[in-house]
Amino acid sequence: MNSVTYKKLFPHKLLSIFMLGLWLAMSNSIGLGQWLLGGFLAWAIPYFTQAFWPQSMVIAKPWLALRFLLLVLWDIVIANAQVAVLIMGPRQKLQPAFMRIPLELKQDFTITLLANTISLTPGTVTVDLQMEEGYLLVHGLHVDDVEATIADIKSRYERPLKEIFECSKT
Amino acid sequence: MLQNVIQLTMFIVALALVLNVWRLCIGPSLPDRILALDTMYINTIALLVLFGMHEQKTLYFEGALLIAVMGFVGTVALSKYLLRGDIIE
Amino acid sequence: MNIYLEVTISLFLLLGGVFALIGSLGLARLQDFFMRLHGPTKATTLGVGGMIIGSIIFFSATEAGLSFHELLIALFLFITAPVSAHIVGKAALHRQIACEERTRNIPWQRQSDNSDSTS
Repeated sequence: MNSVTYKKLFPHKLLSIFMLGLWLAMSNSIGLGQWLLGGFLAWAIPYFTQAFWPQSMVIAKPWLALRFLLLVLWDIVIANAQVAVLIMGPRQKLQPAFMRIPLELKQDFTITLLANTISLTPGTVTVDLQMEEGYLLVHGLHVDDVEATIADIKSRYERPLKEIFECSKT
Repeated sequence: MLQNVIQLTMFIVALALVLNVWRLCIGPSLPDRILALDTMYINTIALLVLFGMHEQKTLYFEGALLIAVMGFVGTVALSKYLLRGDIIE
Repeated sequence: MNIYLEVTISLFLLLGGVFALIGSLGLARLQDFFMRLHGPTKATTLGVGGMIIGSIIFFSATEAGLSFHELLIALFLFITAPVSAHIVGKAALHRQIACEERTRNIPWQRQSDNSDSTS
């Protein structure tokens, strides 16, 4: 029976776990009643809405995902210190630039993650996404070398995301 | 000591809110004003969290969460209006 | 509450407050819209995150048991801040807000200039 029925019964395992954690945090207690109610909701909501979700995500390499998360958190702290120095410093010296980052990623969810990561890290904000031509338009607050920054973003954030989510799909 | 630090931080956040109001008033374009409003929402959340610590009540977190949700929806709605409301292409 | 805990909470609160102030300062001080976009999305969000960590420690120490309630606000802010920055930026791009002259590769001006390298 089993793998097919199982898959039907629990269509999105990660979403269910996330929702259970969210429920426990929101009720701010870990009593038995909250576990039961949260567990029921975490099963029922993905089960009854599974027709709306396009595809379920598969994390191919959980350890790499954890390392990527830590890297991004560290980068957020560093980025803020850098941006703080740039904001306090002389504003005539800033060299803003728009950059086009060609995309290798294919899935919507992964592209969303990449765009959000870029927005949260060093002096760059994602402004626009061109799906047909396949690039992200990114604005940098202070960019010395446009090419080097694009290469840095591609190797630092895009490649790990591609490995984590998409290598099993191809 | 902690009460004094909380009050000092509330003063800093209030100063940040004054700067946002200034940008909201002078902002040359509409997206500037939307951005200032969004920043005011975030600073208000910070002020509410600090006030909850000041009063030692957890009640205010529900309010902060609600402001976070409403602020996000408001920002998205205003920007969507700018994107769809005027036709350039 | 002992003194070390108080010092830790105070550090997180002050750090958060200073980052929030710097973000708003960037919003008030920088020259064009796309540069102003950087301050609120990063500095202010991290500032609120720091204050929320301070408040988690505070309520875990004063009340019985851990209190992860506040973490929801930080999680929500860290998810929504890039999204709202993106959509405001997109609206500004659509209206072609005036940019600083020294900005390179302005997308609605010289299309052919620098696009061949990234194609």
